[in-house]
Amino acid sequence: MTYIGIIITYVFISNLVLSQFLGLCPFIGVSKNTESAVGMGFAVTFVMSLAALITWALQHFILIPLNIVFLQTVTFILVIATLVQLVEMAVRKYSPPLYQALGIYLPLITTNCGVMGIALISVNKSYGPMESFIAGLSAGAGFLMALLFMSGIRERLDTEKVPKFLQGTPIAFISGGLMALAFMAFDHALLTNLIGG
Amino acid sequence: MMKNLFKGILRENPIFVLALGLCPSLAVSTSVNNALGMSAATFIVLLGSNVVISLLRKQIPEDIHIPAYIVIIASFVTLVDIVMQAYFPALSKSLGIFIPLIVVNCIILGRAEAFASKNTVGASAVDAIAMGIGFAVGLISIALVREILGAGTITIFPDGGVIRIPGLVDKPALVFAFPAGALIVVGFLQAFFRWLGEVTNK
Repeated sequence: MTYIGIIITYVFISNLVLSQFLGLCPFIGVSKNTESAVGMGFAVTFVMSLAALITWALQHFILIPLNIVFLQTVTFILVIATLVQLVEMAVRKYSPPLYQALGIYLPLITTNCGVMGIALISVNKSYGPMESFIAGLSAGAGFLMALLFMSGIRERLDTEKVPKFLQGTPIAFISGGLMALAFMAFDHALLTNLIGG
Repeated sequence: MMKNLFKGILRENPIFVLALGLCPSLAVSTSVNNALGMSAATFIVLLGSNVVISLLRKQIPEDIHIPAYIVIIASFVTLVDIVMQAYFPALSKSLGIFIPLIVVNCIILGRAEAFASKNTVGASAVDAIAMGIGFAVGLISIALVREILGAGTITIFPDGGVIRIPGLVDKPALVFAFPAGALIVVGFLQAFFRWLGEVTNK
């Protein structure tokens, strides 16, 4: 697959949040305002692209030669946790306001299943190093885009009248669902299957 | 004790009230038997890691407690993954990458951090069971709604245990099998559980 194909796939067609069910916790948790959504999106993109590249190297230079692929889960999660720690230190040093805004969500990138997810997807699809990196980068960009749209919707929702039991996360889920419905239009095969002809 | 055991179902339901563990619950809830398999796998990992972390809570140094917890959780996940591949290959295939992804399920790290690191082994085990039951209830109710509306069936065992719902099975609302439908179902179920919580509190 060409690089452009990978980019279009992970930004639009197989968008992590809207069609793969990955990274939903921050999608709901950090989308209350645009500023923190953008910060979180960039932090995740950075971690994802590096994680995809480094886990590729681990898989091909350590796990497969030593025949210990069953340790995949443990090693991948440790690499991701270390990367997140590095990003946290960098953000705290260079952008204290962003650090304040992201607060507890920064360490939580570790448990953002999108990061681990894209690493596993790249390995399962046997991507090369450059392809893995591009997949991570574009998956992160897709996540950033979905998060940005969602935060825009939720800022508008704040001023609307919402039924009592739907306030907060339930209405966010329903709006996210409607957005995912719109994103289904990117997948032509899916669409023809759904409505026929 | 009994109260603690059932807190996970309604008052502190991990999916609907605490909003934890959303990704796996949405991804595997297309059919009831996937939901059952995922609940069982998560339950085992949750129980094992809560007990071990509680046992080691005085030995693990404060500075590196998160990596230490992650390694413990990842070991249990690997164990479950390997056992599932050996004995339930079909289920393992249909759950796919969501089995290794249990390691990043926030319920498990969340309970380790919030409960097992501060409480005795017995209390942590009870907490894990309560959260496991709550997760299963949430996951299975999402799967029921989605499978009935999206496929018109209820699959308990893939071969032989499929209940077909007349009328729906020929013309199901396919959208519920896709992410869009899943998000909408979770939104409404969350509102429903909130309403239920308020009604039962009175």
